Parts: sequence; C-alpha cells; structure tokens
Amino acid sequence: MKKYTDTGKKDTRSGFGDGLTELGKKNKNVVALCADLTGSLKMDEFKENHPERFFQVGIAEANMIGMAAGMTIGGKIPFTGTFANFSTGRVYDQIRQSVAYSGKNVKICASHAGVTLGEDGATHQILEDIGLMKMLPGMTVINTCDYNQTKAATIAIADFEGPVYLRFGRPKVANFTPENQNFQIGKAVHLQEGSDVTIIATGHLVWEALQAAETLNENGITADVINIHTIKPLDDEAILRSVKKTGCVVTAEEHNFLGGLGESVARVLSTQHPAPQEFVATQDTFGESGTPEQLMDKYGLNASAIVNAVQKVIARK
Amino acid sequence: MADYKALEDLVIQVRRDILRQVHKVNSGHPGGSLGCAEFFVALYNELMDRKENFTMDGIGEDLFFLSNGHISPVFYSVLARAGYFPVEELRTFRHINSRLQGHPTTHEGLPGIRIASGSLGQGISVAIGAAQAKKLNNDKHIIYALCGDGELQEGQNWEAIMYAAGNNVDNLIVTVDLNGQQIDGSTENVLPMGNLKAKFEAFGWEVLEIEKGNDLSAIISGMKKAKDKTGNGKPICVLLHTIMGHGVDFMMHTHDWHGKAPNDAQLETGLLQNSATLGDY
Repeated sequence: MKKYTDTGKKDTRSGFGDGLTELGKKNKNVVALCADLTGSLKMDEFKENHPERFFQVGIAEANMIGMAAGMTIGGKIPFTGTFANFSTGRVYDQIRQSVAYSGKNVKICASHAGVTLGEDGATHQILEDIGLMKMLPGMTVINTCDYNQTKAATIAIADFEGPVYLRFGRPKVANFTPENQNFQIGKAVHLQEGSDVTIIATGHLVWEALQAAETLNENGITADVINIHTIKPLDDEAILRSVKKTGCVVTAEEHNFLGGLGESVARVLSTQHPAPQEFVATQDTFGESGTPEQLMDKYGLNASAIVNAVQKVIARK
Repeated sequence: MADYKALEDLVIQVRRDILRQVHKVNSGHPGGSLGCAEFFVALYNELMDRKENFTMDGIGEDLFFLSNGHISPVFYSVLARAGYFPVEELRTFRHINSRLQGHPTTHEGLPGIRIASGSLGQGISVAIGAAQAKKLNNDKHIIYALCGDGELQEGQNWEAIMYAAGNNVDNLIVTVDLNGQQIDGSTENVLPMGNLKAKFEAFGWEVLEIEKGNDLSAIISGMKKAKDKTGNGKPICVLLHTIMGHGVDFMMHTHDWHGKAPNDAQLETGLLQNSATLGDY
C-alpha cells in the first residue's frame, strides 16, 4: 500500500493565491478580478505585484463576471475570485450567457465551497455549485484536493483555452500531493491500488478516502482510490478500468448527492458497466454553523463515512 | 462630411430588411429594431473606426456591444450591409441551422458578434471589461454599447454603472435607447425609472441627450460630441430619444410591435412606406 504523508496542513485557497502570484509573473495576459474578498481568496500578492492587472469590482459579482467576459475579447485571461456561492448561484445567468454560451476564456475561481467553510453557516456553504457548473455546455469543472494540487491547477488552467470553474476551500487540510505536480485537466489520479472496491473522491474528500483505505486495509479490504480533480470532462476510462476490476464503487464529495461527482460517475457506469454504487455526499440538505470537523462528521463526509459506505457497497456486489 | 443621401438610403433598406426578416419567420422584434435603424447605420458607417476583416479581439478598432439582443434584426441587417457576412444570409434569420439566431451569439461564429446577448442587463458589464482590456493593451479606440431603457430595470446595470464611474472607464460610450416602451406597456406604467439623466449623473457619468434619435444628422453630431468627451476620466452616457417602430406608421408610438411580426398585408404596407433603395436580399 502506498504511503501518503501530510507535509503540513494548508488551505487550498492559498494554493490558488500562490498559483495566481506565479501566473502574474509569467503571463502578462493574466488579469484578476475580485468582489471584495481579496484577503479571503489570497489574491493580495497578485494585487501588490500587478496593480494595473488587478480589478477590485466591489460587492457586485454579476458585473464582475460580465467584465471578465469582456476582457477576454481583448486577449486577457481573467481569473475571477469570490466565494463559491457568489461565483455560481448568484451569477448563473451571467456565466451562462456571457461566458459559457459566448465561449469566453474566463476562469471562475471559487473559494469557501462546501460545509467546511464552517461557522458562517448555510447561506455561504454552497453544496450545489458542481451541479450548476457541470450542466453548462463547454464548462470545465475542477475541484482540487490540497494546496499543492490547487496551485498546480491554477497555473494549468491559464494555458487552457475555454471557461473553467475551479473550486477550492477555506480550511487548512492535509497537503499530500507532490509539489510542482504536472496538473492534467481531465485526467484522474490513481492514488491506491486495490481489488475489492473503488473509491472515487474529489476535493477535501480525497484525503479522507486515503484514510478510509488504510482502515479498510487493516480489515483485509483493499481499495482502489482515485482522485477525480476534474469532474468535467470526466475521466471515464480511469473509472471504468477500476470498477471493472473491483466490481463496486463509493463516490465521495463535499457536495449534494444530486448533481455532484457521484451522479457523473453513475452515468458512466449505468451506460457502460453497471455496478453497485454508494454516495458519500450531503443528502439534499443545507449545511449549518459549526467547525469544519464537526460538520464533516455530522453530514457524513469523512473517512468513517467512507468506510461505512464501502462495507455497504461490497455487501451489494 | 457625411453622405446623408447614402445613409438615408441605407436606413430605408435596413427597415425593409427588418420587416422582411421578422415576417418570413413570423417572429422577432421589429419595434425596437426600427427605432434604432438610424443609430446603427450612423454607428457602423460614420462613427466607428472599424477594420475590414473581423477578428474577435478587435485590437486597433472601435468595438460595439449590443446589450438588448432582441433587436437583432437591425444589428444583422447593418452588419451584413457593412460587409461582415453575405446579405443573403438574412434569409436564415431565426431558422434552424442558422448563424442568425433569435438573439445574437458568438456560438455559431457570425462575424461582427463578440458576445451573446438576449438575457438583459449584461452588456454594459461586458463593454466595461472590453474597455479595460483596451486600456491594458494601450489601444486608444472606443467601446460603444447600446442598451434598452426598460433593460435598465435589471440590477446588474447599476453595478456596472457604479463601477465604470468609480474606475474612470472613460473610453466607453453607452447609448440608451430611450423609447419609453417595454413588453407590458410604457416604461412609465411598468416600472417608472425616474430621471435617468440625473441618475447617470449622480453615479458620476457624463450624460448627453440626443432629442431627435431618429434623425441621422442629430445622431451623428450628438455621438461625435460624446466621442469628444471620452478620455476625460468619466464614462459617457447618451440618452437617445427614439420612436419605437420608426418609419412604419402603424408600428410607431406603441409597444404592440415589440415582439410581433407583421402579416402579409402589414408587410406590404410597411414596404410601400419604404421603397427599396439598395436592393432586397
């Protein structure tokens, strides 16, 4: 079994901020727009280094998305920054018409996704954003799992032509993927070899999936663990290869089970290789105030929830 | 000095194109299109510094963004007659497999279109973004945008209006098609917007009014004044007083023809009032 080490807890949003800083230095067409959350999105350094390329739009997300679309016309690569809730639901029609349908090269970068936003509560904890974004034709949807991967993804999407939704979070979480990794959009990362069950996780749940695999291993169950950082386009091949081997799957995500990664995986399997599946996700509910750990536990979004789901799905094989 | 005879002829031909497009497919928006025919003709043939070949980035030329995308018939006619795509393609307006969608879009790659519009209230934001990109590119050209008056009821406009003034976006001229009509009736009855001039000024914009918004010389001189005011730290708003349905008597001064096509007899009447000048497609 491969060993993964947490090199020190870090927030994924800092991965975005540091990635943006690096991009600012190497790509003069990269511009950043922020709706009054520069500190929360860790965009301060980009702003300091390139004040002429940083656009503070105020608390006006709809205008921010429209402006970003307009900037692409002059050859700029705009990165918009605000919370996931205000990056998606609040501006859905602006993204739909001015960005997705218009085919504009806008990078919508969304922090504080999911319940791990914590104490601010349900008004800010969006659990529907992956669904909203993946339904838009032409939209690439990425949900990174740790600091290193978020930084690499931020840098990678600048070189990709087309609209991208990049989702990350607020809490400090394990940083375990390689530094300066080669981030390939649409390519799953195979983290653990196993033959009894496939665990497909995205975002903060990837580390939990690795912890679950260790626990399962101690009990004689070997799990194939796959990190799906790109929910759309989905790496169908990697999913099918694994499930053909294991015969069942657990999907894990910090998102509603409606519209999330789990449903995308279910579509692939139901049409090409039907297999039992269990969903570790929120169950069509809003979140609430609490610490990230308390919320992950209450809403069944941690390693122990994954272990339970694995036992259930193996019994259904 | 503008060749007014040629521009007038073009306006008449554009009116015919508008009527024939919407009649053929029995749908579309003739009222607002007719009301803005003179504006579009002046803009594309007299005011904008345009390049021959269309490129999406529009570097080194003036750009135009249409926010109230439903007046696509006038936009398509003027673009085609300015050489962006074959005039014959106007036949395909709103038909299946056409580049001339009900509302303008980049999706089918129609030259001349740089953003999709139709869902209202988004065009000023896009224009501001394009204007800021021009500044970053050291491109001294102007961004023009048109929006409807009823459209200003959408909140996003006011985010954009606040931003542009607060950030000295002074390479931008937003024209408001002030025809006082929207789908459900007059803007005064549906949702009164009060004094738009005072509102734009209060937000920090330079505001000009063109009282005769269907008069080519008034439009050209008014818009040239607006252009002279660019580069002075403030975004420019032009309140263009137009008559919805202008040039077709039974379509004028009413919201009835906002989104309704003429029948055969009505088309004939409308065309009789606007005899062919440049030739129909």
